[in-house]
Amino acid sequence: MSTNVILAGVGGQGAVLASKLLARAAMGRGLPVKTAETIGMAQRGGSVFSHVRMGEGAHAPLIGRGRADAIVAFEPAEAVRQLSFLRPGGMVVTSDAPVVPVSAATGGPAYDLSAIMSYLRERVGEGNLVVVDAAVATDALGTAKALNVVLLGAAARAGALGPVTVDDLASAVRALVKPAFADLDLAALNL
Amino acid sequence: MHREFLMGNEAMAVGALVAGVNVVAGYPGTPSTEVLETVAKRRGEGVYVEWSVNEKAALEVAAGAAYAGARTLVTMKQVGLNVASDPLMSLSYIGVKGGMVVLVADDPGPISSQTEQDTRTFAAYAKLPVLDPSTPSEAYAMMGEAFELSEELGCPVIVRPTTRVDHGYEDVEVADPEDWRVNEPEGFVRDPSRWVIFPALSVRAHAAIEKRDAVLAKRLSGYARNAVTQTAGPDARPRLGIATHGISATYVAENLSEKDDVRVLRIATPYPFPEDLAAEFLDGLDEVLCVEELDPVIERALIATCARRGLNVRICGKLTGDIQPSGENTVESVGAALDRFLGRGEACELAPGGSSPRAVSQAEGRECLSTEKNPPAPPTLPIRPPVLCAGCPHRASFYAVKCAMKGRKTLFCGDIGCYTLGNAKPLDMVDTCLCMGAGINIAQGVTHVEPDTAAFAFVGDSTFFASGITGMVNAFYNQANMTLVVLDNSTTAMTGHQPHPGTGRTMMGQVVEKVSIERVLRAIGLTVVETVDPLDHELAVETVRRVADEPGVKAIIFRSPCVVLARPKARSTVDAEKCVGCQRCVRELGCPALVPDAATGKVRIDAAQCTGCTLCEQICPTRAISGGERL
Repeated sequence: MSTNVILAGVGGQGAVLASKLLARAAMGRGLPVKTAETIGMAQRGGSVFSHVRMGEGAHAPLIGRGRADAIVAFEPAEAVRQLSFLRPGGMVVTSDAPVVPVSAATGGPAYDLSAIMSYLRERVGEGNLVVVDAAVATDALGTAKALNVVLLGAAARAGALGPVTVDDLASAVRALVKPAFADLDLAALNL
Repeated sequence: MHREFLMGNEAMAVGALVAGVNVVAGYPGTPSTEVLETVAKRRGEGVYVEWSVNEKAALEVAAGAAYAGARTLVTMKQVGLNVASDPLMSLSYIGVKGGMVVLVADDPGPISSQTEQDTRTFAAYAKLPVLDPSTPSEAYAMMGEAFELSEELGCPVIVRPTTRVDHGYEDVEVADPEDWRVNEPEGFVRDPSRWVIFPALSVRAHAAIEKRDAVLAKRLSGYARNAVTQTAGPDARPRLGIATHGISATYVAENLSEKDDVRVLRIATPYPFPEDLAAEFLDGLDEVLCVEELDPVIERALIATCARRGLNVRICGKLTGDIQPSGENTVESVGAALDRFLGRGEACELAPGGSSPRAVSQAEGRECLSTEKNPPAPPTLPIRPPVLCAGCPHRASFYAVKCAMKGRKTLFCGDIGCYTLGNAKPLDMVDTCLCMGAGINIAQGVTHVEPDTAAFAFVGDSTFFASGITGMVNAFYNQANMTLVVLDNSTTAMTGHQPHPGTGRTMMGQVVEKVSIERVLRAIGLTVVETVDPLDHELAVETVRRVADEPGVKAIIFRSPCVVLARPKARSTVDAEKCVGCQRCVRELGCPALVPDAATGKVRIDAAQCTGCTLCEQICPTRAISGGERL
């Protein structure tokens, strides 16, 4: 059986790198991997997602609605946007820091963070929801750039990534991330 | 052999290199771009690669190389094939000596394109074989097969992945570089009876193509990637069949289990269509569901097969409303269609227009089991349409023209690139956008009808070289009255910063003389050609006003580097004491780095996004913003 994870965020938050790290970590465990990415126009400030399918039995790169084992979101509204993909009993690991789009200040729908968080708590259930305090992580690391890796580490510790462990992710960081940034990402994993 | 985690586009590039490709040319376009970039990154010494100025040039360069016996690859997105269609249609008759693969990436959805055209249909129109991969691994293998077929038949072969194959990743088994084929081109052999197209040649060539494709269709019934399989259900002679292709074949596989009794036909060569295999598949079936994206190519071919062979099989799909007629298929849309078709327990209501009578009767009265009946509605989510980046110089260019022309009767023709996003509020500066380079000619056409309109055509630097120059010659020759605005950020930004003739770099890594946009325009005959930094707001507005009032065809070149490539020098900050919360900056510019505080209304600048472009500093009525430094 495959483990199916959706990574969600806003263009520029590093969803593609996160999905490569997760895929590499799974391959390190000897699992076959398929992923699907958002690339192109949708990247510029838009909602982005990656589907990561690890293990035998996956045919398509995309996960069907109601079939994801976990959603790892770098932004809380994006967790809600992808929620229809989560299977009953699936886990959500999300950052608590909103990225407010221009549209919210120029006539589009407002960003209601408390409604978004309470909806997640209600739909996912406290036991399956992990909320990462992005401000604490940013303070500890001195930058918000590694939030994607912080979330991956939290997801692995919560058991949301199937067989993939924090150690597997650390090996993937060492293999894929430039040495200048690897220490930051390794610290982010273990936060 | 070794295993690599590759994007579909990377896999196809490596597949071409493994097959000994000699010459690769293309024009960037999502979802095809990474193919050529990967060739450039991983090529051996003997491989030539270029970003051509457009797809027509790319195809012609590759044709020349193929005439000389080289193995050649041309890459483009589906709308690029429209640009390349002129040479491709004729090349279909002339043929090639070295193998030639035309890789055209289709974009169901569409996700990043103007159209949902289907290159399988185009291939049939051009009478060229087309291969349709389902996965990155298969796309890798198909490249070598396509080169073999092309050389054997002496014609180009099209490979048409779709976005989910192009941008899907998979661990792919890849040949080691020492096992890559080395192809030594023979060189061009002069033979006017072969290489010069005339009606007499075309008469012969067309007849030969029709004969060849009939034979090829028979042969392709034996091509291993065209396949009939059967699920392991209890009935050894199923009455229902599913015909599918490409990525949709993987969605079908996701939704079938050993409990289903169904025969599956997968078509990897939609043209020439393997009719003998299709007839074998149809034998004994009552009903077939065609699961396709874009055009109902397989569906029409199966209907024709039934008619020609007198088979009484009901063919369902897009034409009967059983599969959505447009847009991208998904795992769940295909799952729902299969539930209805197979009368499975999870079947929900029939899609609007769906007509499969057996499926109706079995699906009726069943409840949808897959989801809760009335899940609570999610809160309203913020919308995130793609926007120009914080500090993007295009924002400043559009804003300068907007300010300069306020109150005047204007037309703002847009074009294809990041700057199409100038249509978003609050800029709202794109009145038309059609296809690459079209804005320049559309501006002329409108002013022939409305001469009192001040017409502007906005075009990016890469698009100017791709297809803007002929439009400018047309405007100048035909005495048009318009202002060209070149948004020159010195790169092809939208597709990921490819070099072009104005950048002074090539894909072979050479530093070359830049083609000057100013000199091209002056050579055409324009006398008013002004270059200005759009981030100098006052000067930019003054320049637009002055140039717009000149008669005839004139040009403004707004030159400022793409902020994704340049490093910010210093970022702007807001003095909260001075900010009165009027939000003029937010309302006028819509820069994503400007964040209004919900409680106080005062604006804060997101340091992670700000590039210090200073545009907001220049328009702040209380001079509350400072500290930035233009690039």
